[in-house]
Amino acid sequence: MRRVSKAPRRFTRTEARSARAASGFLLPFLALFLLCFIAPIAYALYESLLKVERTGPLGLGGETKQVWAGLSNYAHALEDDRFTAGFGRVLLFGAVQIPLMIAFATALALLLDAASARWVGFFRTAFFLPYGVPGVIASILWGFLYVPGISPLVEMADSMGWEVDFLGRGAVLWSIANIVTWQFTGYNMLVLIAQLKAVPGELYEAARIDGANAWQVARHIKLPLIRPALVLTTVFSLIGTLQLFAEPKVLKPLSNSIDSGYTPNLAAYNEAFTSNNQHIAAAEAVLLALVACVLSFGFLRLVGRRGKDGDSG
Amino acid sequence: MNEANDLAGAVASEPADEAASGQGRPEAVPPDDRPGAGRRAARGREGTEPPLRHRIITVSLLTVAAIYFLTPVYWLVVSSTKSSSDLFGTFGFWFHDPHPFDYLHRVLTYDDGIYVRWFANSLMYAGVGALAATLLSAAAGYALAKFRFPGREGIFNVILAGVLIPGTALALPLYLLFSEIGLANTYWAVLIPSIVSPFGVYLCRIYAAAAVPDSLLEAARIDGAGEARIFSTLGLRLMTPALVTVFLFQFVHIWNNFFLPLVMLSDSDLYPIQLGLTSWQGYADRQPELYQYTVGGAFLSVLPLMVLMGVLQRYWRTGLTEGSVKA
Repeated sequence: MRRVSKAPRRFTRTEARSARAASGFLLPFLALFLLCFIAPIAYALYESLLKVERTGPLGLGGETKQVWAGLSNYAHALEDDRFTAGFGRVLLFGAVQIPLMIAFATALALLLDAASARWVGFFRTAFFLPYGVPGVIASILWGFLYVPGISPLVEMADSMGWEVDFLGRGAVLWSIANIVTWQFTGYNMLVLIAQLKAVPGELYEAARIDGANAWQVARHIKLPLIRPALVLTTVFSLIGTLQLFAEPKVLKPLSNSIDSGYTPNLAAYNEAFTSNNQHIAAAEAVLLALVACVLSFGFLRLVGRRGKDGDSG
Repeated sequence: MNEANDLAGAVASEPADEAASGQGRPEAVPPDDRPGAGRRAARGREGTEPPLRHRIITVSLLTVAAIYFLTPVYWLVVSSTKSSSDLFGTFGFWFHDPHPFDYLHRVLTYDDGIYVRWFANSLMYAGVGALAATLLSAAAGYALAKFRFPGREGIFNVILAGVLIPGTALALPLYLLFSEIGLANTYWAVLIPSIVSPFGVYLCRIYAAAAVPDSLLEAARIDGAGEARIFSTLGLRLMTPALVTVFLFQFVHIWNNFFLPLVMLSDSDLYPIQLGLTSWQGYADRQPELYQYTVGGAFLSVLPLMVLMGVLQRYWRTGLTEGSVKA
């Protein structure tokens, strides 16, 4: 009897010791994770449910106090045409830019994989270089290349008789898309190359013996095998797109077509710092995070299911 | 856009623990240098060299892409040698009366050398932040990989969810919170959030599970070493390749981060370089020479990152695919 009871006690003691040691390693990170991830989310949720009420005459001056607002901040954000238009804009942006960029990155990865070894190093570095340029700098840089009067691109187009306006109402969104594509294509390409390298050589050999040409190998072997990398680069591009901020913020002074709610992030930022309305800003930040999570998990589930069907076949 | 994409590659490999374990590669070897990859290339590629026509098409397509990616960089190099009036008055893709050192000197000395201060700030945020982030991630990842305790998977899943939360959606609430506790507009406001890297924990856990053998830890325990000592002498050493990756990732991530410092800082002495340059750009309408300084400053700030990219590339292909798809 004693022996039986002793065994589990000893087990829990080692377990306890292990938990104690683990907590020493984990706590510093967890404390900061709590401060920088959990607390802000909780605080944003809390703030988004409050509003400021002024007690002075006509709602001016006097004392201000925070009162319960329920979901009215969310209602306000969702009824604000500029905010919803901003959401629509980034969704349109993502629907066009992400597939183009991923396709571009895939094409480059496959071309580099097929190119003769001498050139690969140079090209890979050249394509990856823009990733080293921070978004703000890239936007300043491209901003100069967009603005008439300073841009050699506009000047060259002019001399050929084309009238281009990179910053016009219809064009500016795609000018931003170009900045993002320029920055991240090479990065995504490297991720895809990394996965291509992991494809076992036997597969290519088998395909070649079966008489497959380079195109068929790319289409039927390489593409399916880099699918996981494609899925995740897409998901992260999606999250990134919803956060669009630096590019429109930097281009805003150059273009009349970018308003203060051009992207959801810009809207939340202006709500907090220009209009001084942090409760609505908090609601907008929560909505942004929510949409990002729903879209990325939704996309993961979508391709996850389809992947299972495909694999079983 | 930066934050999320920083992680893409890392998670792209989506290495489950099972995939990673059992093939822990203690050294970071670029795939090109791996014997297997070389053999494959020799067997599969040179044996059946593609026809000349294909090679010409391939190289021309790659060249067109290279022109696209390099043109803005080329413009930046050319323009950093021009005065503000030449910036507007001369053709952007060619040099005109270049005075590179003269102009760069003016960038560095303008406004009592504020540019140098911004640069130092950026280095501090990114350097200290990345170092601290690496150590914290290493400890947490190690604990999650090497100790069994109740709630382990739960904690790990919460941290993983942190990877998927958009950074800028956090920045605004973080500002509200930090101004509440009096941390806004201090170095800490940018530094503290920078040292929390859920992705770093994720990578360190995967790597520690594969590269730090339990038997070794047991042996050290029997020899009487304490857990902290085992971690610092054995764990950290065995995890070095992963740590280098986490450090470089986090460094670039912090260096590129714009939204967080923009939201947190109002004192321009605390600005990192990106924020400083946008403030110059914002004043350029009134002070045209700031156009030139913005361009020159952008050029100088991009240089070290370009060098880092060259280094980073190899880790991209190793750290990132660590324990990846070799099922």
